[in-house]
Amino acid sequence: MNNQFIKCLAPLALAAWAGMAAAQDNNINVAIQLEPPNLDPTGGAAQAIDSVLYSNVFEGLTRFLANGAVTAGLAKDWDISDDGLTYTFHLRDGVSFHDGTAMDADDVKFSLDRARAEDSTNAQKGLFADIADVSVVDPTTVVVTLSRPNGNFLFNMAWGDAVIVAPESIGDIASNPIGTGAFKFSDWVQGDRIELVRNPDYWGDKALLDAATFRFISDPTAAFAAVMAEDVDAFVGFPAPENLAQFSSDTRFQVLVGNTEGETILAMNNGLAPFDNVLVRQAVALAINRQEIIDGAMFGLGTPIGTHFAPHNPAYKDLLALSPHDPERAKALLAEAGYPDGFTTTLKLPPPSYARRGGEIIAAQLRDVGITAEITNLEWAQWLEEVFRGKDYGLTIVSHTEPMDIGIYANPDYYFQYGDPEFAAIMDRLNAETDPTKRQLLLQDAQTKIAEDYVNGYLFELAVATVAKRELNGLWLNQPTAAVDLTAVHWAR
Amino acid sequence: MKKTLWIGLGLTLLFLLAAAVSLLWTPFDIESLDIRNKLRPPDAQNWLGTDHFGRDILSMVMSGARTSIAVALVAVGIGMGLGVPLGLWAAARRGAWLDEMIMRGNDLIFAFPSLVIAILITAVFGASAVNAIIAIGIFNIPVFARLSRSAALSLWQRDFILAARTCGKSAFRISYEHILPNMINLLIVQGTIQFSLGILAEAALSYIGLGAQPPVASWGRMLADAQTLVSIAPHVALAPGMAIVLMVLGLNLLGDGLRDWLDPKLRVTRA
Repeated sequence: MNNQFIKCLAPLALAAWAGMAAAQDNNINVAIQLEPPNLDPTGGAAQAIDSVLYSNVFEGLTRFLANGAVTAGLAKDWDISDDGLTYTFHLRDGVSFHDGTAMDADDVKFSLDRARAEDSTNAQKGLFADIADVSVVDPTTVVVTLSRPNGNFLFNMAWGDAVIVAPESIGDIASNPIGTGAFKFSDWVQGDRIELVRNPDYWGDKALLDAATFRFISDPTAAFAAVMAEDVDAFVGFPAPENLAQFSSDTRFQVLVGNTEGETILAMNNGLAPFDNVLVRQAVALAINRQEIIDGAMFGLGTPIGTHFAPHNPAYKDLLALSPHDPERAKALLAEAGYPDGFTTTLKLPPPSYARRGGEIIAAQLRDVGITAEITNLEWAQWLEEVFRGKDYGLTIVSHTEPMDIGIYANPDYYFQYGDPEFAAIMDRLNAETDPTKRQLLLQDAQTKIAEDYVNGYLFELAVATVAKRELNGLWLNQPTAAVDLTAVHWAR
Repeated sequence: MKKTLWIGLGLTLLFLLAAAVSLLWTPFDIESLDIRNKLRPPDAQNWLGTDHFGRDILSMVMSGARTSIAVALVAVGIGMGLGVPLGLWAAARRGAWLDEMIMRGNDLIFAFPSLVIAILITAVFGASAVNAIIAIGIFNIPVFARLSRSAALSLWQRDFILAARTCGKSAFRISYEHILPNMINLLIVQGTIQFSLGILAEAALSYIGLGAQPPVASWGRMLADAQTLVSIAPHVALAPGMAIVLMVLGLNLLGDGLRDWLDPKLRVTRA
């Protein structure tokens, strides 16, 4: 009897052992919510492109660290002329692209010229707007001349949109990205996964993993199931905050909650009546109860903001006092603006739960002051078409995840159509200023200006939740830029 | 009368009553949120607990019954109102090109998977309860057209119709005065079944976000909202789920019972 029992168990034990051996592979399955539409970070606007490729496959002259600081990337150091106009970058020696071609000054000139060209499709052309000329001195030295001093230039060069690409491989970059990073692109099965493998010839500290597979799961229920069943080893940007408590209490997992550069706002169409009236915008801002939105939509994840700026940034100014929750005053302001009985408008919501759930809460809060917001749920493509490009909306909720993007308020054609000349003047002075203290003051002026003009309803700074296996180390806690940097990730076993 | 008929009738009336009461009164206001009291399990105050926005689930279910019943009822009304005259007309002109046109048109609608077209309609014309009604209603037309044509065809062969024809009555008057009254029980039974299918279709459409929009309560959307909460607050999903099950079960039992009761042939054989 006993013997038989052991005989039965033996194959089982063998199978279990084989299973464990498979799990010991030095690979990782990491899930993110959205699949990139293409793989060209210098040509597409989608955040998901950077999530997969930033730092893993592509690198720029400078780069972001996990804490948001900017450090040397492909340029090992640089000299800045006293007038702040000339940047001399010294490139690292012996860096090669994944196809074997060398990365040198010509590639840098090609990348920057391509990004700032008239017909460039770069999603952040503003980053390159101040570049007057890029010239090659020798294979490891590039001189970038600016048309005016730009205190943000090194920061700009760290963005995913400013990575260095090669003219040899630019043709099919959208489907076969060739960069200089610690991982090489290996395969993209559309609708399912993107595979990366370690680059054995990497110039710096080589990746600790052999291979990484990105999977794309946007449905919160499917995301929960995938992590619970251990189909994925990590989920960066977990979509259902209500499930995090359950993961924290499970010994198999760790939950990391970090901050992002995502200012979540109730955007108002400043170009459309009645939101062209500052009193109406103020009334909307006062009708909002931020804590209810954070608790109800995000299950407590998120920091309230009073302006379009990240609270963890040293230049952040706390302006929450300008828009406290005060429905009575909101009603009075509406009456003063000529809408004593309120009005009806549209509230168009993209898919993420901060928008869908937050939208229902905001609609209820607006109803309390007499504003009827008719909710329309949109898919991302529809949202980009109708709201972002078409400006056909009254209210919408969206998270602006680009770092330090307060400059968008200077653009009168941006979807919320603000573009106040006074604000643009502050931005011009800021861009010309290189002294850190004065820059900080100007940034705070800019924050105050948009908060006092109640351009949008400022809700909260989006938090990012990462759920990962307990043995996984080296993942980023915060998201200073959209990135799932796997170069330092490793298994502790 | 059978027991199933009574159970079906009871369940159906219960939900009809809940929907009717919700027009005037619900235990709590479903449009005001109370985030601090979210996800409370059922207790004396909130009989079915509260959802993720702190709304009373019993009030939501009552209000959702109103949405479901209104959508399904109007959709069945559209189907009957257009389908039955079309079927009678086709039967009166049996074999003629008009009959062919009507019935091939029906086949055309039948050829499409109904839910897919309903999704298309609501996606193109915008998600709302009205568009959901239209989408579900369109697919009820061929069901009733086909049923009433086949029933009418066999009635047209009967002697009393022949008698009516020899009296010189027009086809329209015969259809209206003799054929329709003789198939009314068929229509009632089919209407009950289509009503329950309409409830399911409405729940499916609003589950994927194409039905009634917030703040209007809808069982399908309540289920969708509760999906990620199942492991921490199962009652939030259970309430609308059970409501759909019981309502559809009630209507099906009612339909079965009515058929047994209304069909004289079945009544005789079973007695």
